[in-house]
Amino acid sequence: MGCVQNLGYEVILEYTSFKESREYIEKHYSDIYYVDPGFLLFEKRMIGVPPIALAIEGEDTVILPYTKPCFGTYLLRVQDEEGAAYVRANARRKP
Amino acid sequence: MLSQGMASRGDIIEGRAREALIVLGCPEVPVQQALALYAADRLNDDGYSLSIAGNPAVLNLLRISDPKRMYIRELVELERCIDELSKEVRQADLILAFIHNDAGISFASTIRFLFPGRLVVLVFGREAEARAEELEISCELIMDPAVHNPGKLRRKLDEVMGWQKQ
Repeated sequence: MGCVQNLGYEVILEYTSFKESREYIEKHYSDIYYVDPGFLLFEKRMIGVPPIALAIEGEDTVILPYTKPCFGTYLLRVQDEEGAAYVRANARRKP
Repeated sequence: MLSQGMASRGDIIEGRAREALIVLGCPEVPVQQALALYAADRLNDDGYSLSIAGNPAVLNLLRISDPKRMYIRELVELERCIDELSKEVRQADLILAFIHNDAGISFASTIRFLFPGRLVVLVFGREAEARAEELEISCELIMDPAVHNPGKLRRKLDEVMGWQKQ
């Protein structure tokens, strides 16, 4: 599982808030997972208000929030089979 | 008076100097830079071993503001700092976190989750009140909607930190 920048990503939402990001995931996806801040995914530590919502789309695509200090939270779509398997194995189903 | 960056005997915990970490947000609100340098000076005088974390822009502002490093000591990129707190390779006895936007809430909540010690959070900027209401963590909260004038925040910080008027 590589770094998110190297794997490539699609931006679903930009300049959003942590709350909107979580609500979007819970509204638009069915295969939802939760992690705590500091969870390591795609070589980045997850930043956010716990619990942080993630989703798996199809078999191999991870939907995750990514927060930058000046630009707020982005919701990203990253296609990576290893990353999706890692989320399934290490994240929890309930908040 | 303490030498800069040196800890007195009373500031040693289990053979190491007390460590303080200042975590900065996006540098677009002017009071942050002033208060960060002010807090750095006070923490240095208190004998803390000081680190400041932020994004590359905020760290560059500090480097240029303080070329002789009168106030700043270790500077660490924010993502690396969070990684080190997660791995428990970075120790701190005190963290001061600066917040003025939604991302700041996310970073402060992350720090609270990773760090069980004393956390002082300064919330500032035009939307300070709304941001403070969103902050649902255990911390010592200092809030003022300051943008250009850090006076009120400085006075509140002095009170919380027990710093005497200079």
